[in-house]
Amino acid sequence: MDEVLSVAFLTSVLAAAIPAGTAILYACLGELLCERAGVLNLGVEGMMLMGALGGVAATLWSGSVWVGTLGALLVGAGMASIHAVLTVGLGANQVVSGLALTLFGGGFSAFLGQDLVGRPVPATFGDLAVPVLADIPEIGRILFRQDALVYVSYALVPLLWLFIGRTRAGLRLRAVGERPEAADAMGVSVGRLRALYVVLGGALAGVGGAAISLGTNPGWQEGMTAGRGRIAVALVIFAGWNPLRAALGAYLFGGVEAGQFRLQGAGVPVSSFFLNMLPYLFTIAVLVLATREAARRRLGGPAALGRPYAREERG
Amino acid sequence: MVELAAPSGRGRPRIRVERVAAPSRLASALVPVVSIALALAASGVLLLAAGENPIAVYRAMLRGALGDRNGFAETLVKTIPLLLTGLGVAVAFRMRLWNIGAEGQLYLGAIAAAGTGLYLVPGAPAPLLIGGMLVAGLVGGAAWGLIPGALRAFLGANEIITSLMLNYVAILFSEYLVHGPWRDPSSFGFPGSPALPEAADLPRWGTTRVHLGLLFGLVAAALLWGTLRRTRWGYEVGVMGANPRAARYAGMPTRRTILAVMALSGALCGLAGMSELAGIGHQLQRNLSPGYGYTAIIVAWLGRLHPGGIVLVAFLLAAILVGGDQLQSSMGLPAAIAPMLQGTILFFLLGGEALVRYRLAWGATVPSRDPGGRERA
Repeated sequence: MDEVLSVAFLTSVLAAAIPAGTAILYACLGELLCERAGVLNLGVEGMMLMGALGGVAATLWSGSVWVGTLGALLVGAGMASIHAVLTVGLGANQVVSGLALTLFGGGFSAFLGQDLVGRPVPATFGDLAVPVLADIPEIGRILFRQDALVYVSYALVPLLWLFIGRTRAGLRLRAVGERPEAADAMGVSVGRLRALYVVLGGALAGVGGAAISLGTNPGWQEGMTAGRGRIAVALVIFAGWNPLRAALGAYLFGGVEAGQFRLQGAGVPVSSFFLNMLPYLFTIAVLVLATREAARRRLGGPAALGRPYAREERG
Repeated sequence: MVELAAPSGRGRPRIRVERVAAPSRLASALVPVVSIALALAASGVLLLAAGENPIAVYRAMLRGALGDRNGFAETLVKTIPLLLTGLGVAVAFRMRLWNIGAEGQLYLGAIAAAGTGLYLVPGAPAPLLIGGMLVAGLVGGAAWGLIPGALRAFLGANEIITSLMLNYVAILFSEYLVHGPWRDPSSFGFPGSPALPEAADLPRWGTTRVHLGLLFGLVAAALLWGTLRRTRWGYEVGVMGANPRAARYAGMPTRRTILAVMALSGALCGLAGMSELAGIGHQLQRNLSPGYGYTAIIVAWLGRLHPGGIVLVAFLLAAILVGGDQLQSSMGLPAAIAPMLQGTILFFLLGGEALVRYRLAWGATVPSRDPGGRERA
C-alpha cells in the first residue's frame, strides 16, 4: 500500500498515462472535427483498427514508422470517405453508417491481418528524451521521455484549438456544424466542407490506431484497439467539443488504463469494471447537463450534429 | 447535393437527376435484395484481392449454415436473439427514436433473469421459474431502455449517445458480476455465475439446440405486427415518427409514447437476453452476446422495420453468422468475414435507399418537390 502512495509510483502511472491516452486523443480529435462539422461518425473503432493494421503493413513494407503512420493515416481517411459519401453525399443515416463502418473495419482488418498476427514490426516508435526538458525531476519523466507521436499530439492539440476558435477556416467549420443554412447562404459549400472534415477525422483515427500498433503495443492483433475508439467517441462529448479538454480527458482515461494494472499489481483491490464505466457515465452526465440551451452553448455542442443538410431544391 | 448533374448546354440531350416525392414500392422492395447482391459482389472483390476464391468462400458459408440439419439448427439458434433484438430496435426506429442500446438491454435482461433464477426463486418448479425469469428479463431490458427514454422525454438528451453509452456500462456491469459477487466459487477462477437450476432450461426441439426462444420471437413478431397495424397506439407511433409536429398538433401524447416505446423496445431486447441465458448459456458468463444488439440494427433496417421482414432478415443474418463461424473450421478463415459482410450490406443498403429517391429525367420537366425530405435523419 505504501508503495502506491510514493512519488515514484505516481510518476510511473502518469508517464504511462500519456502514451496510453495518446491513441485515444488522436481518435478523439478526429471525431471532434467531424462532429464540429455536424457529422456524427460512430465508426471510430473500425477506422482505428484499419489504421492500426495499415500502420503495421506499411511499416513492414517500408521499414519506416513514418511511412507506416502515413499508411495508417491514408487507410483511416479511406474508411472515413465511405462514411462521407453515404452520409454527406447521399444524406444517409449517420448512426447506421457509422455502425456499419465499425462492423466492416473490425471484420475486414481481422481478415486482412490474419497473416500478420504476431509478426514483429521492424521499427516502432521508441521513447525520445527531449534534451534539457527530460531532466526536470518527475515532470521530465512524465512528459518528455515519450515517443514521437506523443510530441506531435502536444503540438496538435493547441493548434486545433486555435484553428477552431480563432481562424476563418475554423469559423466556417463551426458554421456548417451549427447553422448549415446560414453557412450555405454565406457561400460556404456545406457538403464539401463536411466531407473534408469527415475524411480528416478518419485520418486522425487512423493515426490513433498507429499510435497503438507502432507505439504502445507493437504488432497486429485482431481487435487490438480494445474499445479505445468507443472511448474516443464518448470523450468528444465529455470534452464539450474542445480540443484542450479532449486532451485532459484522454490522459485521464489513459491514466485509468495505466493505473488499474499498476494498482492491481501492487495488490490494491480496485474494481476496474467501475473505473472503466466512468467515461461512459461522464458522457451521459454531460449530455444531460448540456440539454439546457444555455449550457449547450457554453459546452459547444454543434447544433446541427447528426442532421443531414439538403439544400432546398432550385427549379 | 441535389445538383448531381451539371446544367447541360444547348444541343445536348438534357439529362438531369431529380428527386422523386416518394420512391416506388417496387424500388423500395428491391433495395434490400439488390444491396445484398451488390454487397456479396463487392466483398467478393475484396476476398479475391486478398487471394481467396469468393465462390468457394460463399459456398462454404452456405453449406455451413444451411447445408445440413446441424447447420440449419444453429442458424435457427442464432435467429432467436437477432429476431427479438431486431424487433425491439425496429419499434423504436419506427418512431425515429434511435435506440442503439439493444446490446445493453439484452445484457440487462439476462442479468435480471439470472438473478431471478439463481437467487430469487431458485427452487420453483419449471413453469414458475421460467415464467419468473421471463418477466425479469422483460423488466430488466425495459428498465435499461427507459433510462435513455426518460432522458430524452423529459430532458431532450440525445438517445443515440445515451443508449450507446449504456451498452458499455451494462456489459461492464455483467463482467463485474461474473468476476465478483456472482462468481461460481467452484469454477477454479473462471469468470461466470453458477449454473442455473435445471428447471430453468428452456425446452429444446429434439436433439438440437433450438429452444423455446424461437417461439417467443415469432409470437412477439406477430403481436407487434398486430399492434403496429391494428391499434390506435401503433398508428400514433408511426405518425409521431413520420411527422412529430403534426402529431403534436393532433394532441398525441409524445412524451408518454416515447417512454412506452423505449420500454417496449428494451423489453424485447431483454427477452433476447433471457432466452440466450435460459436457452443456451445456462449461466451468466462473459461474452453472452457477440454483438447481437448491433446486428439487430441491420436486421431492423434491412427488414424495413416491418415485423415480417425482420423475421426473414434475422434468419438470413443468422445464416451469415453461422456460415462465418463454419469458415474457420472448413477453410481456416477468420469468422470476422461475417461482420465484414454485414458492414458491406449496410453500406449498399444505405446507398441504395438514398439513390431510389432520385431518378434520371430527360428533357425539361418540372422538378418535383419533396416536402418531407429535408429533415430525414
